[in-house]
Amino acid sequence: MSDPIRIDLPLTRQKARSLRAGQVVELFGVMYTARDAAHKRLIDLIETGAELPVDLADITIYYVGPSPAAPGAVIGSAGPTSSYRMDPYSPTLIERGQTGMVGKGPRGQKVVDAMCEHGAVYFAAVGGAAALIAQSIKSYEIVAYEDLGAEALARITVEAFPCIVAQDSMGGDLYKQQ
Amino acid sequence: MKDIQYNTIVTAVRDMCIRGCTQADSRVIDALAEARCAENSEPAATIITQLEANAKVAAQTQKPLCQDTGLAVFFISIGSDVRIVGGELVEAVNQGVRQGYGDGYLRKSVVADPLRRVNTGDNTPAIIHVRPTSGQQLRIRYAAKGGGSENMSQIAMLKPADGIDGVKDFVVNTIASAGGNPCPPLVVGVGVGGDFELCAILAKEALFRPLGDPNEDEFYAAVESELLQRINALGIGPMGLGGATTALAVHLLAAPCHIASLPVAVNINCHSSRHEEVLL
Repeated sequence: MSDPIRIDLPLTRQKARSLRAGQVVELFGVMYTARDAAHKRLIDLIETGAELPVDLADITIYYVGPSPAAPGAVIGSAGPTSSYRMDPYSPTLIERGQTGMVGKGPRGQKVVDAMCEHGAVYFAAVGGAAALIAQSIKSYEIVAYEDLGAEALARITVEAFPCIVAQDSMGGDLYKQQ
Repeated sequence: MKDIQYNTIVTAVRDMCIRGCTQADSRVIDALAEARCAENSEPAATIITQLEANAKVAAQTQKPLCQDTGLAVFFISIGSDVRIVGGELVEAVNQGVRQGYGDGYLRKSVVADPLRRVNTGDNTPAIIHVRPTSGQQLRIRYAAKGGGSENMSQIAMLKPADGIDGVKDFVVNTIASAGGNPCPPLVVGVGVGGDFELCAILAKEALFRPLGDPNEDEFYAAVESELLQRINALGIGPMGLGGATTALAVHLLAAPCHIASLPVAVNINCHSSRHEEVLL
């Protein structure tokens, strides 16, 4: 196996466009956590023209609802959740600046179209490798929606977060190469 | 008559929840190692290597294997000569879940109502199936059943004329349409016969069989092995990113059914097959 490619976050449009499905990568830097509920709140704010709790420019969002952190731990186990549940929201966020998404399972055509049009990439993390992935998360800080518990919007810092480019901005799709 | 204390059940359930969610099934680990050797694609081998490393890290750090520590599902058989002292069985199981998911820092993933969706905060109520039996034994089996794989499960009321081919096609099509979502490599539970709800319960109960043990009925052992071959020929692979390993095993349970019916249910388990058992 070849060594993983290092990806520094935040991810620019240009860098997102350079990635190709099948590349094994490691992420370094800052990304945000959100699941369905937090996505819905962001979209509701966008629709009403209100200010967002995060800047969407070049942002990478990780779809995760971690288990509770034991005393002294940064975070509990933190593997990806199924990404298709975010499909209704992602095109709007990509249009407004999002460049990276991390989750598990394939994305729908509207998400892929938005990725190709604006320049964004989808990384698959390994579902169920949650204790391993947690070791690459060095900080966890809730930014908004604390009432959602594990589903809160949080800023995390990662080092060598393991994942694979699953769908790219040129239509490359590891899920379709079967 | 054998007396079993309420608190004994609470503690046993608490410990099962914590152990089940943090310690990988050694048979699953062996099956993953074997599967890794059969994979030619880099993403597939990388994923399986990460799953093997995850099991080690979870054991070392006492963290759950997966952040989705699931609904707590129980199959309990209680002997007619067993008396529970100091409380009631279902409440003892729920109290054990409450303690285990709290003390073990496991995720609480239960909402009190399916449409109003407020988290109960302690992962109760558990899903509990109780069967009376003879003797002096209380057997408690626990599964941590995650949402991702459960969401891809399906049930069908086939016609008797659909026969064995109809059953096989339904199982394979269910896995094909699930793709990468239920976190393959999978363990596939199949229930055939009974009625609408029994076949679903059988499909879930089939997942408790130790991985790799063949069906005791040779006819169904052959069906399981053919299904496993067909499922792995789909090429879905680990996490749906392509490869030779879509499932590690197919486990089937059958039951008598109505002359007009052929119910079949497919309950999917992710690779994190978390099952525990105690005898009291």
